[in-house]
Amino acid sequence: MSEALRTRPPPPSAGARRLGSPRPAPPHQRLARAGEGRSQGEQHHHPGPPSVWRDLYLASWVPVVGLEIHVQISSNSKLFSGSQVQFAAPPNSLVSFFDASLPGTLPVLNRRCVEAAVMTGLALNCSINKKSLFDRKHYFYADLPAGYQITQQRVPIAVNGSLSYSLCIDNKMSQMVTKTVRIKQIQLEQDSGKSLHDDARSQTLVDLNRAGVGLMEVVTEPDMCCGEEAAAAVRELQLILQTLGSSQAIMAEGQLRVDANVSVHHPGEPYGVRTEVKNINSVRFLAKAVDYEIQRQIEELENGGTILNETRSFDSKLGCTIPMRDKEGKQDYRFMPEPNLPPLILYDAKSLPVNMNHQQVVNIDWIRERLPDLPSVKRAKLVELYGILPEHSFTLLNEDGLAEYFENVIKQTQMKPKKVIGWILNDLLSYLKQHALTVKDSPVSSFLLADLLNLLERREISSSAAKQVLEELWKGEGKTPLKIVKEKKLELIQDQKELEQICQSVIDRQEDEVIMMVLGRNQKVLNKLIGLVQRATRGRSNPVLVKQILEKKLSE
Amino acid sequence: MLRSMGFRLVSAALKEGRVTPTELCQRCLSLIKSTSFLNAYVTVAEETALKQAEESEKRYRRGQPLGVLDGIPIAVKDNFNTAGIETTCASNMLKGYISPYNATVVQKLLDQGAVLLGKTNLDEFAMGSGSTDGIFGPVRNPWSYSRQYKEKTPPKSSSENEESDWVITGGSSGGSAAAVSSFTCFVALGSDTGGSTRNPAAHCGVVGLKPTYGLISRHGLIPLVNSMDVPGILTRCVDDAAVVLGSLAGHDPKDATTIQDTFKPFELPNLIDVRKLCIGIPKEYHAPGLSSEILALWSKAADLFKDAGAKVIEVSLPHTRYSIVCYHVLCTAEVASNMARFDGLEYGHRADMNKSTESMYAATRREGFNDVVRGRILSGNYFLLKQNYENYFIKAQKVRRLIANDFVKVFGSGVDILLTPTTLSDAVPYMEFIKEDNRTRSAQDDILTQAANMAGLPAISIPTALSKRGLPVGLQFIGHSFQEKQLLTVAKWFEKQVKFPMIQLEEVKRHDCSVFQHQKSVSFL
Repeated sequence: MSEALRTRPPPPSAGARRLGSPRPAPPHQRLARAGEGRSQGEQHHHPGPPSVWRDLYLASWVPVVGLEIHVQISSNSKLFSGSQVQFAAPPNSLVSFFDASLPGTLPVLNRRCVEAAVMTGLALNCSINKKSLFDRKHYFYADLPAGYQITQQRVPIAVNGSLSYSLCIDNKMSQMVTKTVRIKQIQLEQDSGKSLHDDARSQTLVDLNRAGVGLMEVVTEPDMCCGEEAAAAVRELQLILQTLGSSQAIMAEGQLRVDANVSVHHPGEPYGVRTEVKNINSVRFLAKAVDYEIQRQIEELENGGTILNETRSFDSKLGCTIPMRDKEGKQDYRFMPEPNLPPLILYDAKSLPVNMNHQQVVNIDWIRERLPDLPSVKRAKLVELYGILPEHSFTLLNEDGLAEYFENVIKQTQMKPKKVIGWILNDLLSYLKQHALTVKDSPVSSFLLADLLNLLERREISSSAAKQVLEELWKGEGKTPLKIVKEKKLELIQDQKELEQICQSVIDRQEDEVIMMVLGRNQKVLNKLIGLVQRATRGRSNPVLVKQILEKKLSE
Repeated sequence: MLRSMGFRLVSAALKEGRVTPTELCQRCLSLIKSTSFLNAYVTVAEETALKQAEESEKRYRRGQPLGVLDGIPIAVKDNFNTAGIETTCASNMLKGYISPYNATVVQKLLDQGAVLLGKTNLDEFAMGSGSTDGIFGPVRNPWSYSRQYKEKTPPKSSSENEESDWVITGGSSGGSAAAVSSFTCFVALGSDTGGSTRNPAAHCGVVGLKPTYGLISRHGLIPLVNSMDVPGILTRCVDDAAVVLGSLAGHDPKDATTIQDTFKPFELPNLIDVRKLCIGIPKEYHAPGLSSEILALWSKAADLFKDAGAKVIEVSLPHTRYSIVCYHVLCTAEVASNMARFDGLEYGHRADMNKSTESMYAATRREGFNDVVRGRILSGNYFLLKQNYENYFIKAQKVRRLIANDFVKVFGSGVDILLTPTTLSDAVPYMEFIKEDNRTRSAQDDILTQAANMAGLPAISIPTALSKRGLPVGLQFIGHSFQEKQLLTVAKWFEKQVKFPMIQLEEVKRHDCSVFQHQKSVSFL
C-alpha cells in the first residue's frame, strides 16, 4: 500500500500547519546541520517537551497520517471454521482442526462475516465488490499455524469509501469541525493466534483461540495530519461499528487495533518516507503515538538524519515509539490466490438469481435496507428533535447507551430536553466516569432520574435539593426520589412568611454586601445573597422566589 | 474367478451368504502378507478392518447391508486422513501422525460399510511419478512377478538380475494401483494432481479414474496442488469405478470448491450405440518419446471406434506443449504454500533444536522433507517472490486458461470424448527409472495426463493390452466437465472390446487354492 499512500497531493488540512511558517532551510544547510548533529552524537536524540524553536520547525513540515485498522468481526464463529469466538477463554480451547492447520483441512467462508463486512462497507460509503478474491500471505510465525494468512490482497470486498468525523478546535467543545478521511478498502482476513514469550524459561507459548477469527481490515488514505485527527476518525469508526453490530470494537480486548502510517514532508515536496506504528490499542495512545512519531521524524530530519521505512511500536509507559525487532529483514509475503476458496460473489436485487437458495447468497440491497441509523444521523436527529447543542449530541453518542438513556428520561418527564441534557452530561455522566461505570450499570435508572427531574420541574424541590436527592439515589437503596425528599425534608419552603424571615436574617448578617447592593444593584452580590439563603435553607428555597423577596426587601 | 470380477458380483455373493465379509477380509489380509514384497501398503489396519468386517457381517446376517460396498475391502492412499490410523504421506514429517478425523471420501466409504484394510504407499507427499520416492521405499509393480512378464522378459542370468528386473508401478498412487492389481483389495483411493492415479493405473493394468475437479470432496486429502488435486478411484473394472464415484461424488460442506448440486449416481448401460459418438484424437499427444508400441495401440483403439461406426477425428489442443512447464510453476508454488504449515509446532516431526524458533523450523523441515519436496518448495517460493510473480505465476495461470480453452473449443466443436495414451511407454525397471531425477521423470511421465488437471476435466485410464514385454498399457479417455456418465459409458464399451488379460500371479494362485479349497459353495471361483 505504500505506493498508494504516497501518490496523492498533500491533504488540504495540512495547510493549517503551514500558516506563518518560515521557509524550510535549503538542502545544503540541512546537510550541514546533519554533520554537526552527528558529530555531537545527536542522531539518537529524542524529542523533549515542546519548545519555541521546535514549533517553528514544526510549522514548516506537513505530517501525513494514514491508518490500517484491524477490526474483529462480531460473530459466533471464526472466519473459515466453526470454532466459537470468545474473549478470554482458556488457552487453546476454541481451536478447530482447521484453526490448528491440520493437514487436509479446508477453509469454509462464514456468511455472517461477509455480511458484517458488507454492512460496514455500506456504512462507510464504499462500493461493494460483487466479486472479491482471497489470497494467501506467507510468513513463518509461531502463532500462524498454516504459515500463511488468508486475506484479500488483490480484490477486497469493499473499496473507495469515506468516513466523516468531527473534532473540536483548540480543545473547545463549542467549536467542532467535520473532516473526511477516504477509505481505500475493507478486506476480510484471518486473525492470528497469540504468542506469549516466557523470557525466563526462553520459551514461547502459543494460544490459538484467536487464530482464524474474522477481521475486517479498514485501510484509509493518508488524509489525516495529526494524532487528534486520527483518534477522532477511529473513535467515529468505532461508534459506527458498534451501531452496526459488525464489531464490538472494544479496543481493550483487541477487537480494534490500529496501525498508523506516518510521514512528514515539506509543502510542495513529495511525501516523505513513512514509518508504521503497529498495534495501537487505545484511542488515546493513537493520538499520542502519532504525534510523537510526527515530532520524532521532524527532529530526525531537522538533525540531518533519515527516516527508515520501518515498523515501530508505541510504548505507552514511556510515551514514545520504538523500532520493532525486525525478524527476517525485509519480508516478501509471496502472495498467492487461495485455491480452496472460490471467488466471493455478492448479489443485489437486480443480479439475484431467481432459483438460488437465499440462505446461500448475500444480497447487498437487503443489507442496505436494514442498516440502522448511523451516529452522524442519530446526532443530527438529537439536535433537531431536542434542540440540544451539536457537541452534546457527540457526548451522548460517545457513551454506549447514553443517548437512549437521555431519550428515555425525556419521555418520562415534563422538563425541557435542553435542561435534561445538563443533568445527563454533568451529573449522570460525571458520576459514571468517576466510578468507571457504564450507562447500563448506572444505579439510577432513567425512570428514577425522570422522577427526580419531575419533582424539580414541578417546583417541589430546588435544584440543589435535587442534587442532594441524586447523591442518595446513587447509593442504589431502592428509595424513590420522593421518599428521599420526605426523609430529608428537602421540599421547598412553601410558606412565604418563613422564607421572608430567612431572607431578612441573611440580609441582616451581610451588611456590607447589602450596602453595595443598594448602591450598585450588583448582580453578583444578589447571587451571593441568594446562595446564602439557599445554604440557610439547605436548598429548600425556590431561588426565583428568594430573588423576588430579596429584591423587594433591598429596594424597600 | 473371484479376483477377476468387479466387486458387484462379490457383493452379490456376500448377499447370498456364499462368502462372508470376514472371510473376504481375512483373505485380503493374508494376501497382503504374502505380497508384502510389493511394498504396496505402508500401514495394514488388520484389527480395525476385521472389526469393520464383523460389523458388516452382522448387517448381512440381519439382511440389512448398507449397499453394494458393504463388506468390500478397500485401501486408501496414505495422503488421505484416516482417524485412528497413521497418515504419513510417506514422509518423515508425518511419520507416526495419527489424524483425529477421516477425509470425507474415507468417511463416505466407511459409511457404506466398506472395510478399510490399510494405507497404501506413495511418493513423499505425492510428489513423483514412480512411487519410488517415499520413506518406505519404492512400490514394486505386481506385473514384475506375473507369468506374462516373466515369459516375455526372461531373466538375464542369475537371480540377482531377476531381483533388479522388477518394474515400477508409476505414481504417485503406485501403492493403490499395486494393491488393486494384486487382488489385495477391490477398490483403492488414489489422488490425481498431474496424473498420479491414471499413470500407475496404466502401468499396473487397472482402471484409474480422475473425476472432474469439484465433483469429489478434497477435505482430508493432504494437498499437493489444491487447484488440481482430485481424489482418484482405482478399480478392476469401469462398472466398479462408476459405483464408487456414485458413492463419493457431490457437495461437501467442508470443501467450498465442490459443486453445489447433488450428484445422481448412475449405472452404466451394457449396450451403447457408438455410432453417435465423436471421438477426438488430439495430435499433440503424439508427444516426443511416445513408444511406437503405444502409438500402435492408440491407433488400433481409434480404429476400433471407427469400425464400430463412431466418428473419429483428429483434433488440436495447441497449448498442450506448454502445459508441463506451466504445471511445474503452478504446482511448485502451491506446494511451497501448502508445505508452510509443517513447522514442527502443532503436529508432525519436530527437530531437537531449541536455539530459536527459526532454527527449529529450519532443522525440522530439513529433517522432515526429502530432497524432492524441498526442491519444489524452493522453486515454488522463487516463483512467488514479488519480483517473479508476474513473470512466472501469472503467466502460468494465463497459459493454464489457454489450455483449458483448448479443451472447451474442441468439445464445443462436437467432440464427445478425447482418446489419448496415458503414458509414453510401459513401465520401466526400477534400476532404469532411478537413473533420472524425480523432476525429469515427473515432467516426462505427467506429460499426457496433467493437461486434464489443468483444465479440471474428468479422465480415465483403461487397461488396453500387454506390451511386448508383457506389461500393461493403458489408454486415456478425457471427457466433458461433469460428464462422467458419458465418459465411463464409452470407457466401459472400450473395456469390453479390448478384453485386457488378467494378471497371473503365483502368489495369488497359491492363495486362492489355500483359502478357498474347502469352500464347497464357491461356485464363482
